[in-house]
Amino acid sequence: MSRYFTEDHEWVEVDGDVGIVGITEYAQSQLGDIVFVDVPEEGKELAKGDEAAVVESVKAASDVYSPVSGTVIEGNAALADTPGLVNEDPEADGWFFKLTLSDADELNALMDEIAYKAFVEKL
Amino acid sequence: MSINASGWRPEAPVAGGKASPTVTGNKGLMLEEKLIFEIGDVETTGVDFAEAPPLQGRGWGGAVPGAGLGETSPTPSPSPEGEGSADLLAGLFRTTPIGLPGLSEPETVRHYTRLSRQNYGIDLGFFPLGSCTMKHNPRLNEKMARLPGFADIHPLQPVDSVQGALGVIHELATWLITLTGMHGVAMSPKAGAHGELCGILAIRAALEAKGEGHRKIILVPESAHGTNPATAAFAGYQVEDIPATAEGRVDTQALIARLGPDVAGVMITNPNTCGLFERDMRTISDAVHAAGGYVYCDGANFNAIVGRVRPGDLGIDAMHINLHKTFSTPHGGGGPGSGPVVLSEALSPFGPLPFVAKQADGHFALIEEETAGDDHPHAFGRMVAFHGQMGMFTRALTYILSHGADGLRQVAEDAVLNANYILRSLDTTLDAPFGASGPCMHEALFSDNGLATGFSTIDIAKGLIDEGFHPMTMYFPLVVHGAMLIEPTETESKAAIDQFVAALRSVAERAKAGDVSLKSAPHFAPRSRLDETLAARKPVLVWKEPVLAQAAE
Amino acid sequence: MRYLPLTQPDRDAMLGVIGVATIDDLFVDVPEAARLDGPIHGLPMHASEMAVERHMTALARKNLTAGEAPFFLGCGAYKHHVPASVDHLIQRGEFLTAYTPYQPEIAQGTLQMLFEFQTQVARLLGTDVANASMYDGSTACWEAIGMARRITKRGKAILSSGLHPHYVSVAKTMAKFTGDLLETATPTLSAETDLDALIGAIDKDTSCVVVQYPDILGRIADLTPLADACHANKALLIAVVTEPVALGAIKSPGEMDADIVVGEGQSLGVGLQFGGPYVGLFGCKDKYVRQMPGRLCGETLDADGRRGFVLTLSTREQHIRREKATSNICTNSGLCALAFSIHMTLLGEKGLRTLAQINHVGAVAAAKRLSKVPGVELVTPAFFNEFTLKLPVEARPVVRTLADRGILAGVSLGRLYPGEDGLANGLVVAVTETTSAEDVETLAAALEEILA
Repeated sequence: MSRYFTEDHEWVEVDGDVGIVGITEYAQSQLGDIVFVDVPEEGKELAKGDEAAVVESVKAASDVYSPVSGTVIEGNAALADTPGLVNEDPEADGWFFKLTLSDADELNALMDEIAYKAFVEKL
Repeated sequence: MSINASGWRPEAPVAGGKASPTVTGNKGLMLEEKLIFEIGDVETTGVDFAEAPPLQGRGWGGAVPGAGLGETSPTPSPSPEGEGSADLLAGLFRTTPIGLPGLSEPETVRHYTRLSRQNYGIDLGFFPLGSCTMKHNPRLNEKMARLPGFADIHPLQPVDSVQGALGVIHELATWLITLTGMHGVAMSPKAGAHGELCGILAIRAALEAKGEGHRKIILVPESAHGTNPATAAFAGYQVEDIPATAEGRVDTQALIARLGPDVAGVMITNPNTCGLFERDMRTISDAVHAAGGYVYCDGANFNAIVGRVRPGDLGIDAMHINLHKTFSTPHGGGGPGSGPVVLSEALSPFGPLPFVAKQADGHFALIEEETAGDDHPHAFGRMVAFHGQMGMFTRALTYILSHGADGLRQVAEDAVLNANYILRSLDTTLDAPFGASGPCMHEALFSDNGLATGFSTIDIAKGLIDEGFHPMTMYFPLVVHGAMLIEPTETESKAAIDQFVAALRSVAERAKAGDVSLKSAPHFAPRSRLDETLAARKPVLVWKEPVLAQAAE
Repeated sequence: MRYLPLTQPDRDAMLGVIGVATIDDLFVDVPEAARLDGPIHGLPMHASEMAVERHMTALARKNLTAGEAPFFLGCGAYKHHVPASVDHLIQRGEFLTAYTPYQPEIAQGTLQMLFEFQTQVARLLGTDVANASMYDGSTACWEAIGMARRITKRGKAILSSGLHPHYVSVAKTMAKFTGDLLETATPTLSAETDLDALIGAIDKDTSCVVVQYPDILGRIADLTPLADACHANKALLIAVVTEPVALGAIKSPGEMDADIVVGEGQSLGVGLQFGGPYVGLFGCKDKYVRQMPGRLCGETLDADGRRGFVLTLSTREQHIRREKATSNICTNSGLCALAFSIHMTLLGEKGLRTLAQINHVGAVAAAKRLSKVPGVELVTPAFFNEFTLKLPVEARPVVRTLADRGILAGVSLGRLYPGEDGLANGLVVAVTETTSAEDVETLAAALEEILA
């Protein structure tokens, strides 16, 4: 299992051809209290960079882009009732959706944890 | 001597002292008020009717019994059909309780009077919401709008019976056209955003008539009101952002570079949302026209230039005018607005129906679908039932006639003077990002640059509430971090502005010094800061009986 | 000028602080060619309060008001008695001169009122929730069609022939630009509504069916079978109510399983006002709330744990979502919503039901009397307070002739559907609590004379 990051502050945790996608601790800290998350439905085909989910605070709505291409297996149903999970635990329980990767090579263009940390520090 | 038997021995008042909490939650003149659902019941009514003649049939079983809300709401008792009567409600009599509480008239008056006292309004004090233009609402306007000849006429009356009303629409239309130097005006749009839609639809209709329907891009500066991109998207256009320059204006070169055969038009606010006049407006208009597009101007800030500049002289094709801003129809806690759209000669044939036309004999005609016919074949259609916001037309015309051409010019001058006075009185206290760009127009813009760590614009805004002011517009426009947009309008006296400046200086200094008491402001308002996160996570949008609300959880 | 407090010494002092010599120096960014050097030529100068009042009063006098004539017009705008306290309360400066409640700590009056309004509207329409109002019924109707498109992701709406022709016209205008497909039809001068035809027209591409209740001719019919047919095809039922007083007598569309119910709230509190401002009502089922247009007020707590109200779910709206907003609507119709809410509070359920009863009973009596006029037939067998008559001649000239005699007889279908010969003899007559038996007799007698 390994975790990759995008410059738009999504992470994807990959195990075989299954990826779990969420937003980073840095992203949640910039959004403030999250009040609503719209996650994609099972079966939705996503290309890398597609708008996959929406995360909302009371004053902003932000699109979450898919870090990789693939087919959605599951959206995180827990976020419907407790969107605050994204604030409390963005990089574990606050995940957004799972997908089967259609092109694992896309991962090569993403950052690893150390590179992302360095990226954020420069912001 | 005779002894004072009442026992009331006047003494000097004692200063200080600590108040104990009140049983009622009231604090002197600050009165709490429950919801109508908590104080009313479905058996009470504050309206007396003449005895209703009975009709026999299913449902109307005479009196309406029952008491209390919810389960025990009044359920009319079905009665057997009376002799020779028919059920003329198609068997659809509403038998279930509706749950609408009533109050007697004194209770009603008290309920809404108490609620009103929890509101800040322009009648009470300075209300410097940038871009919203909170100016005095003359009561003559209210009185005129309530003349039965305007308030009590039906929109579908034969036109011969409403010549005075059509005359008002026509007279106001003439003023708007003349003040803006344009060719025509669409009066029916119901608000500014509706007016934007009207203008964009006219542009699209004009392009399609020229066989240019393939143009799909509308250029919108990033400082624009959110309604601009929302409107363009609604009308089927793709929106592309145009950047701002460092001095807070549209980047003219970037805009011109983007023009081409795919661009339908631009939407530009002038004066813009940073409070600056777009100097290059004429250049931009000429370039857009040369590229085959049209120029929409968001006229939300027309109050800054009315009587001094005519948008028609700047090459604009369409511009909405918020009558509730420039011409002082009341904002009413969020509407109703009114958004007539002035149109250039090129766009006038494409405006919506209906409209009022003055005929050679002085008679006013209403041009609708039926009468548009051969004369107005390009009208893009109807945007709204009936003729627009008549009640706002009468108020705006009253305001315009009161001011006249000279007074309106003075309105713009005083509004701009007041804003520049605020800008220069505060630019040593607060960061004015475009202060060096020259004079502002009707509003002064500051940023949150220089506040102590952890302090933001919202803390200054809430601190101003404690000082007795309505805060300025905050966090808009988006191009300035922690924006504070202050619009005094022509309504404020120098003394009122001086007091505001003193208050804002004090609050800003506290925010720069990191005064934590600002974080819990306001302290003297009917409510302290409200939890908007809670409201959005578990939306409660209607009242439910406590029992039901509990059961639903 | 009476509305401008600055004195010339004030202005001079302020120019000094700013550091410029004249007011013109503040307009330097306006290109010289576009600067006007004095008041615009050809326009009148400022005027006294008395002079303006005289001018406006003269214009007002040129109109024949509903209050001074036997009055029978409806079709989307109704004359009802509005209690005096309504207008007094909406003119309190704290309501009249407040802005949108963006600073909730000092806008609880407006916010609590909106929360009460939303609840009243939802209960009246029979929906789970309602918003803080739209511009009017016709724009609310169009917004509902757009909302159904977003929910169903389908682009074909079927509009009942009984829907107000202006509402249809608005929808057609908007559809031209959004690409929605609208199926529309013209009503027939008959007793039957088109519900069966609508049911037959629904297919897998249908986003919604839009039906007016009571309809443009005043007819009422059970919407339940239509709702079932919509839902069987995963389409939505949108019901439009232009006379909300009717819902004090007849089942709400929500009770008949309509998904979105919109309406014109003008009947309560607002007055005729020649067509505006009015107040659009907009309610729907809970599950669709995030697709709703317009402002919503919600309950919450303040930092000290006290109940309070805020605008909420704003991420649907244009000022946050910009081009992805559910609608471009910004303003609602706050003051008209307040008038509606106060009037409804004064009535309460008991008053509303009584008011509805008086309207219906009066209309039944009027229909009975008017259909006795030789040659006149009652087209609509079931109705609330508005019914359609078929005259032996074209109705439009009759209405004009009667207006010249000071009788506002109703809305001729020729006015609403010009060129439709089958409707030309139709006259839609509305009767409310403001209509007296003498008014009805006056109209009946005048019709007898004209038609003789």
